[in-house]
Amino acid sequence: MSESISGRLGGSTGVSPYGQPQGSSANLADILERVLDKGIVIAGDIKINLLDIELLTIKLRLLVASVDKAKEMGIDWWEHDPSLSSRAHAQPNAAGAAPSRDGLEAENARLRAELDELRAAAGLPAGAQGEKAEEDRNA
Amino acid sequence: MPDHRTATPDPMTVPSASLPATGDDRLWYVYAVGRAEEALRAVARETSGLYGEPLHAIECEGLAVLASPVPAADFHEQALKAQLEQLDRLETLARIHDGVVARAGTRTTVLPMRLATVYVDTERVAEMLRQGSGQFTSLLAHLTGHQEWGVKVYALAAPATPPSSPVSRASAGPERSVSPGRAFLQERRAQRRSRQDAFRAAGAVAARVTDTATAFARDRVAHRPQQGGPLATKAGENISNEAYLVPVEHAAAFRDELTALGDAEAGVHVEVTGPWAPYSFATPGNAAAAGRGAEHGRDPDEGQDHVE
Repeated sequence: MSESISGRLGGSTGVSPYGQPQGSSANLADILERVLDKGIVIAGDIKINLLDIELLTIKLRLLVASVDKAKEMGIDWWEHDPSLSSRAHAQPNAAGAAPSRDGLEAENARLRAELDELRAAAGLPAGAQGEKAEEDRNA
Repeated sequence: MPDHRTATPDPMTVPSASLPATGDDRLWYVYAVGRAEEALRAVARETSGLYGEPLHAIECEGLAVLASPVPAADFHEQALKAQLEQLDRLETLARIHDGVVARAGTRTTVLPMRLATVYVDTERVAEMLRQGSGQFTSLLAHLTGHQEWGVKVYALAAPATPPSSPVSRASAGPERSVSPGRAFLQERRAQRRSRQDAFRAAGAVAARVTDTATAFARDRVAHRPQQGGPLATKAGENISNEAYLVPVEHAAAFRDELTALGDAEAGVHVEVTGPWAPYSFATPGNAAAAGRGAEHGRDPDEGQDHVE
């Protein structure tokens, strides 16, 4: 598509003090954060409901920006959207999907328990304490 | 980046033979505002826009806007909303929009319009120019001779591999002297340290990037770091994402020096993009900065008030 676009936009450039533009090879996220969020913002004659635009922008922020930031803003609906969220994938009826954060925490707890058992079996109770303290110091 | 492209040509990239010549079924899509000068008229002559339609330079009061006709069927309220909600259509629209803006930006100073700004006829476009002329003129003066460059810093932390289970390590590991539990914790600590080191190094580079870039640049805008989504394609984690307004004569040195800052540090990547048209600096706040008058302040809604 980018080839056809650049072909479509093709023509002579001439010599320019401004150099070559970023052009169609630019990262889509870089382009979107500029054409949606920046530039001259004037309401045209076709009124797109500003709420809709805001929603679109929020959706795109989920794609191009930090999920943590969105969470800070109190936006978390994607948690329930299977196409956007690994947590939603990990619902009981979505077997075989990637483990969720909760799943990883559970696995972590299980591994810690297993570790304690192994330590006990290897006769390393003091070692376990030492490891724990050392780990805490490094945290 | 995920491949959103399809084999079928997108209608927006194909010249529309069916586009009616009369005004009722088409709207005018505007890309960028510049001075009414030959450079901008030449861009209009040599460049096509959405649907392969030729660009027009619509002039008013010494300013000109690059615009092209689009089918009303695709750009009335509902259709436009639907288009913006589809990532592949949005990508086509965004790339063609930026293509026109970028091309104009190689010839002269332009103010990019936000995506999908559409008017019913050329008279309405001219009216928009009239109403915004003070702001546009002052922004154009502020931005002339400058380019926007993007600078992103990435921490290239080693991927977080799931810790191998102590049992499998015990049977596979050759080092009998290290207990499985100890080996497990050592591995975890090493991963954590590697991640912390990468972030610490990237943070230091990001600070040097800001110092170095600021020495070249006239203005700076911080964007949100690109994280956590399918469009954030670079390996590693983006910890800073900034745009700088750089005088054209310093652009090459700016790019080279900043790229080198990343090369000097293992585990850190500095990505420099550009030149861009001055998207991040064509805002009402920058009009105020250009000296048009402090009474306008930095009201973020200022730009919304021109056409009602």
